Amino acid sequence: MTRARMIRLALALAAPVLALVAAFAITSLVLIVAGDPVGEVWSSILSVPEERNVANIIKNATVLYLSGLAVAVAFRMNLFNIGVDGQYRVAAFTAAVVAGEAWLPGYLNTAFAIVCAMAVGALWAGIAGVLRASRGVSEVISTIMLNFIATGLVAYLLRKLAVREEGSNEIGTREIPEGSRIPNISIGEGPTSEIYGFIVIAAAAGFLFWFVLNRTRFGFDLRATGQSTTAAVASGINVKRMTIAAMMVSGAVAGLVGLPILFGDSYAYGSTFQSGLGFAGIAVALLGRNNPIGIAVGALLFAYLDEQSNPLQILVGVSPDIVAITQGVIVLTVVISYELVRRYGVRLEQREVARALENPTSPDRHDAQEASV
Amino acid sequence: MSVPATASGTTAGTGTETVKAGRGRKLPRYWVLLAVVGVVLVLSLLRVITGAEDLTSSGTIIAALIAIVPIMLAGLGGLWSERAGVVNIGLEGMMILGTWGAGYFGYHHGAYAGVAGAILMGMLGGLVHAVATVIFGVDHIISGVAINIIALGAVQYLAALTFIGLPGGGQTQSPKIGDVPTVTIGPLSDALKDVEDTDIFFVADVAAILRALCTNLSSLVIVAMLLLVATWYILWRTSFGLRLRSVGESPAAAESLGVKVMRYKFAAVLISGGLAGLAGGFLAMVASSNYRDGQTGGRGYIGLAAMIFGNWRPSGLLAGSGLFGYTETLGLRQGGTSVHALLLAVAVLALAGGVWQLRRGQAVSGAVIVGVGALVGALYFAIDEVPRDFSSMTPYVITLLVLAFASQRLRMPAADGQVYRKGSAG
Repeated sequence: MTRARMIRLALALAAPVLALVAAFAITSLVLIVAGDPVGEVWSSILSVPEERNVANIIKNATVLYLSGLAVAVAFRMNLFNIGVDGQYRVAAFTAAVVAGEAWLPGYLNTAFAIVCAMAVGALWAGIAGVLRASRGVSEVISTIMLNFIATGLVAYLLRKLAVREEGSNEIGTREIPEGSRIPNISIGEGPTSEIYGFIVIAAAAGFLFWFVLNRTRFGFDLRATGQSTTAAVASGINVKRMTIAAMMVSGAVAGLVGLPILFGDSYAYGSTFQSGLGFAGIAVALLGRNNPIGIAVGALLFAYLDEQSNPLQILVGVSPDIVAITQGVIVLTVVISYELVRRYGVRLEQREVARALENPTSPDRHDAQEASV
Repeated sequence: MSVPATASGTTAGTGTETVKAGRGRKLPRYWVLLAVVGVVLVLSLLRVITGAEDLTSSGTIIAALIAIVPIMLAGLGGLWSERAGVVNIGLEGMMILGTWGAGYFGYHHGAYAGVAGAILMGMLGGLVHAVATVIFGVDHIISGVAINIIALGAVQYLAALTFIGLPGGGQTQSPKIGDVPTVTIGPLSDALKDVEDTDIFFVADVAAILRALCTNLSSLVIVAMLLLVATWYILWRTSFGLRLRSVGESPAAAESLGVKVMRYKFAAVLISGGLAGLAGGFLAMVASSNYRDGQTGGRGYIGLAAMIFGNWRPSGLLAGSGLFGYTETLGLRQGGTSVHALLLAVAVLALAGGVWQLRRGQAVSGAVIVGVGALVGALYFAIDEVPRDFSSMTPYVITLLVLAFASQRLRMPAADGQVYRKGSAG
């Protein structure tokens, strides 16, 4: 048994390694064709990050992690939530307004704002869930449309509710009072080596994700529906209700995505609030195979590539956007290499079974095995 | 080809006999023309009632044509790919590649090379999608998302590499590209302008549309329209198209009849990429005069939605992209008044549709539609102008509404989005 286990472990590790090597090779090829210095680019990206870079990597990874979790929840039910982008924007805006108004004191205010953000994210994603469940509208299309609508809606509300910052043209929501901010955690010297205190909440969300999906009835129903709708129906699961619920849970997690930035860095929602985090989340979720630990690794890898590529333009005169190619290629190669490794594993297993059958007993069973292969 | 009518007609148990006959009846061949005339009638009526003059001005029509074509071309790309059973959410990325292709080749080798470059770059994206989905059996949506990420990064990287230092070029834009030829029939255009200025009901509106078609009409618009017709002819009237569609409906059956399933899927996705690339090229060369970062603005997704809206058919796709392009144009021009006027039309149409549904015995959906109609109507009378942010949302809201109310009649290719492995026919 131990040998079979080791083979399984080796195969599980082979896939991501294969994917990274392939992505590395393809990016290098692009650099060579474009005539950019391959060696210098990689030595810059792969150099050991300094303390403040490490802090930045962890900060960005926290945000990407939440985005990846949000996508993964829906994914486990075979739903594709492309709308994390819109969901986190309406949610972060809501949280900023609620926390800025400060109806409650201190951390009660923070908690209330977080709950509001999750509720708004859930409702926004719920629209797509309801449309899918009741009218059969593909959630891929409806969430994309909701992204565009969210952009317009937030822009409108921002102009209605926002205050102009002192001495600048930038508009934003009212600043969150100091007592309601989430303090950053220091991992070294000075303010540049701080990471978001929100990382604790992100980690808790990851644990909850694992617990709910693997240890609760709801999680079982969700995964069962994802794997086979017909089997789910046969076992008495209300698929329509599960569709709406899965989208809403996904949206609630998406509601958290913008909050580390809001409570730990910007303290207000302005027109320059970071966008596009939802799409990165899709890639991170795919990379992490919808598993909370895997998503954390994926988020760290993406954040690492982003951070380390920043100085490329200055150091070696290459556009840092090359890293986006690497990231996209990784998504593809991960999926491909998992498929290749899976096929290889199946073949290995079949050979093992064939050998086991060959030795002791009747030859006709062996024939049957071969025929089915 | 009356598949949806027969497919849904069999389940309409509660309707009366006349309703059944009505639903099963084939539309006349010239229904597209009838629909266009109907839409123009409604719009001119709306213009006369609400005084929103911009609804059918020739300026609006010209701008709308330019907005419609890239959406339609992207949708056409989606149509080819999905008819062969491959979902192509990477259209956006292929369009992005096309914008750069047009910028690079258009600047260095002229307008025609720009068009070719856009198509080739789009096909390159299609090639990646085809290799991933057809050969390696990757989930179609995952592959599409990856292509969108790669394309965006690749184009920004390439733009920095190729456009920095050129006159007018830089990190986020290419130098000016040469123009593709345009068609103008001068005297006719002038004559139609006189008619348009008379403001007569319907006549002026038709004149405005005709004037848009003979004034500075880009040759690429004509090419795009021809591609739409060619797509319809190839996919529905040739044996190649029949085989291609059979691959999207039932690959196992197709393979058992000797159709090279993988080859057809591969070809379809390549053509899909080429069309999406051309859509991007159109944005760079006709809608604008150079490559710009972020030029596509999600039009690849809209094209996909327009195709679903159009029930995976060329004529429906044209209607879908027409609706998008037109409402988008209205939003960008005098959005406040024009979209406000549209609200009235939506309200009246929804009320009429809801009452019709109620009379057919569809109590729930009829009531919902009447409710929506009443709400929109109330909104029309409550406000004088639609705020800018909302008028820019119009195309997306309309898509959601239409998909919500129409989706049960839509029928996508039966094996669309499924991964097929060679030899599965057994």
